[in-house]
Amino acid sequence: MKKVHISTTINGDEVDFLCEPTQTLLDVLRDELHMTGTKEGCGTGDCGACSVTLDGTLVCSCLVLGAEVGDKSIETIEGMAQGEELHPLQQKFIDHVALQCGICTPGLLVASKKLLERNPDPSEEEIRYWLAGNLCRCTGYQKIVEAVADAAQEMRSA
Amino acid sequence: MAPKPGSFSTSIPYEEKKLKIVGTEPADRPDAVDKVTGRARYAADYNLPGQLIGKVLRSPHAHARVLSIDTAAAEAVPGVKAVVTRDDFPDMAVEHAASGELMINFKDVTRNMMAREKVFYDGHPVAAVAAVSESAAKKALKLIKVEYEVLPHVIDVEAAMQSDAPILHEDQFTKGVDPTPEKPSNIATRIESKLGDIEAGFDQADLVIEREFRTKPVHQGYIEPQASIANYTDGGQVEVWTSTQGHFVFRAQIAKLLQLDMSKITVTAAELGGGFGGKNNVYLEPLAVVLSRKSRRPVKMVMTRDEVFRATGPTSGTHTKVKIGVTKDGRITAGQAELNYQSGAFAGSSVPMAAITVFTRYDIENVLVVGHDVTCNRPKVAAYRAPGAPMIAFGVESVLDELAEGVGMDPVSFRLKNAAREGTQTHYGPKLGPIGFVETLESAQAHPHMQEKLGPNQGRGVATGFWFTLGKETSATLNVGEDGTVNVIMGTVDVTGGGRSALAMVVAEELGIPTEKVRVKSGDTTALGFNFMTAGSRGTAAGSMATVKASRDAIQKACEVAARIWEVETEEVVWEDGHARPASTNVGDFEPLSLADLARRAGALGGTIAGHAELDVAMGGPGFGTHIVDVEVDRQTGAVKVLRYTLVQDAGKAVYPKFIEGQFQGGAVQGIGMALNEEYIYSEKGTLENPGFLDYRVPVASDVPFINTEIVEVPNPMHPYGIRGIGEVPIIPPIAALSNAIYHATGVRLRDHPLSPPKVLAALDEAAPAIAAE
Repeated sequence: MKKVHISTTINGDEVDFLCEPTQTLLDVLRDELHMTGTKEGCGTGDCGACSVTLDGTLVCSCLVLGAEVGDKSIETIEGMAQGEELHPLQQKFIDHVALQCGICTPGLLVASKKLLERNPDPSEEEIRYWLAGNLCRCTGYQKIVEAVADAAQEMRSA
Repeated sequence: MAPKPGSFSTSIPYEEKKLKIVGTEPADRPDAVDKVTGRARYAADYNLPGQLIGKVLRSPHAHARVLSIDTAAAEAVPGVKAVVTRDDFPDMAVEHAASGELMINFKDVTRNMMAREKVFYDGHPVAAVAAVSESAAKKALKLIKVEYEVLPHVIDVEAAMQSDAPILHEDQFTKGVDPTPEKPSNIATRIESKLGDIEAGFDQADLVIEREFRTKPVHQGYIEPQASIANYTDGGQVEVWTSTQGHFVFRAQIAKLLQLDMSKITVTAAELGGGFGGKNNVYLEPLAVVLSRKSRRPVKMVMTRDEVFRATGPTSGTHTKVKIGVTKDGRITAGQAELNYQSGAFAGSSVPMAAITVFTRYDIENVLVVGHDVTCNRPKVAAYRAPGAPMIAFGVESVLDELAEGVGMDPVSFRLKNAAREGTQTHYGPKLGPIGFVETLESAQAHPHMQEKLGPNQGRGVATGFWFTLGKETSATLNVGEDGTVNVIMGTVDVTGGGRSALAMVVAEELGIPTEKVRVKSGDTTALGFNFMTAGSRGTAAGSMATVKASRDAIQKACEVAARIWEVETEEVVWEDGHARPASTNVGDFEPLSLADLARRAGALGGTIAGHAELDVAMGGPGFGTHIVDVEVDRQTGAVKVLRYTLVQDAGKAVYPKFIEGQFQGGAVQGIGMALNEEYIYSEKGTLENPGFLDYRVPVASDVPFINTEIVEVPNPMHPYGIRGIGEVPIIPPIAALSNAIYHATGVRLRDHPLSPPKVLAALDEAAPAIAAE
């Protein structure tokens, strides 16, 4: 299958890649660019493990084609920490034991970050409904909700 | 086949002492930072130079004879480097082995990973391809011509047990029946467990209730699909990185299935993206190894979610009957149960384990439990967190709820009156040691949750659960670096992410050094002696037994080094608070030496300080839990909303309490999902209709409330720290607790799982005239 050439921006870096027209953004990130922090749990947009932002919009990267992301700005889990300094959400996830196996964690962090950008002071219910697109099978969600609320509070007072 | 404690198995008696580290929060979690930054490497994140992509062709039929497979056109696709079918794998004779909590038979394992004579379920592998790209591999799959003779199929467990049901295995004659039947049957095995005189027990009862229950299969639903990468080198070495709960067991299975020496195979357990029992079995690994051997390239295989649902797991669908008798004053006199469990395509369901749990929370003198392991045209079942227990607990705890009401007792007091305690004779064999069941009931009874007011259409349910703590083979190596920091190589897979921390805390406690000076990692299969898989809640319980032994071995060596420095006998040196000290003032006036002091000098005084353990850990220290749930039932839609949930469980000793809370919450939410939403739905043709997370709906964040947790600590007498396994009990009570709560909200008993809106609504509609008449 003939590949297409795409130029785009990922986590602030200019990136060029070749992809098959059928490859998803998730395939491109993981298989072509070896950015494996974004996970595949279903490939059908149901689990949220592949969450990234595309020009600021939260998307499942398995539902976006690689060929359609030219000249966009993509943010992934790899861009979340600033050097050695973890994002407050990352730190709070650790502090609250909001992750066990961790496979859903990158997607949940990307989704939570977007939530706090839109709503810096979400209620428990707002956190639960915003994260309803991100499946976690280990934690029962409680410690995730607590971590997001705690991070929100810290970020508001920062 | 209940595991029997071996004569040479190891246990260390409980040591009552003040602990400094165990029971606190660790300073850090070695796995956590890499997981939040996306750098933790799961199996699908591994890539090797020159790797190919492997894909599997799967049966579209529930049951069919495979007449021929023609791969010529597929092999001709540009970029295709290897195609394998049944002809590429040796046939296996009947040979049983333990794999997690379930037993496997190699004759079946080879047929499950690649169909031979017949396909037995929708999704059963029939061929596999390795190609330079996924698109080339998929193109090749479409060109493989398989000629099937479609056969009648059977999906449901009760239908499969009928004498005129389509038979999956013509050579399967029911075991456990005397004489062995002459006609083949889908009932692979009948098991029986008895105590006392069941008839006499029912004769003593004033109230006897008998009910039937049905549950649908549910999937473990781990978010990481199975993934493996295999490299068969030109020198005949095999390297495998895979998603597994037991890499040593996988090595043994790969060696057996492909007739290779174990020493030539290295299996590395990648960071695991959830397992819950579903990653106790090989699926892709042998295929990837053979594709790699044939193509002489590394081969990476990753399942799609559709493949995960159609061909891995799930747990058994069940049909159960429960009959229990009580006296007027609420004493249970007899308990009887029949457990009919689907095993899927091949024999070997969780029914032997489930049979152990049926009444093992209560002190009942007269018990009869009969179980049937039933093959049907579904994927071979796998373990799922307390495999088999939630389904029979649904039956038993529902009937107990009815009986409590019948004798005018509240559900907790009724259970307390009949609760198993130390010395209670179980119906499956042993007498129980010190256990914390009564404590969980008392704690539940006293919980503020019990005082919460309930409104219209709201109800409260209570249920309990029991699961054992598996021991089995466990190895660990501890190496003290020259700077006194410690590496621990563990052989069990850290399935939760907290296991490494828990073991580091135990080692730090033993050595008397800070936890952050101890790093625990999982070794590959060449690093240690055999380790059984992380199953049966044994990860921390058995793993810590090995690390305690290895720590004490290292301490002994550290004391030897001190003795050489001081020129005294090793017996004259003791280890206290992370230092070697003279055992008494008679030994001499020596300054204590820290582990770092000793490690620095050890090289020239006999060699590096290290410790080892290669154990068969004794089984023991069962766990018990009590759950309380409040629900509100929407009479218009049948939807059940969980208002509040409280879980009390005996952990023996909570090593890392915050993590245990997470395990409790996660297990309870899996149980809530199992109870209210999850089920496998099959078409008339026997194909799975909901192989995706959209239609197989696991709980999302907005479905569930906070889960209150309370940890009870009644030490396990067979463990130096008193640790019990804790991972599985939390999933057992939810179906029953929710069903009981729905009854108390609506007056309607549900005995058909899942307790989903259509079922609840139908039950409400059916009961409406009867309730109105009252």
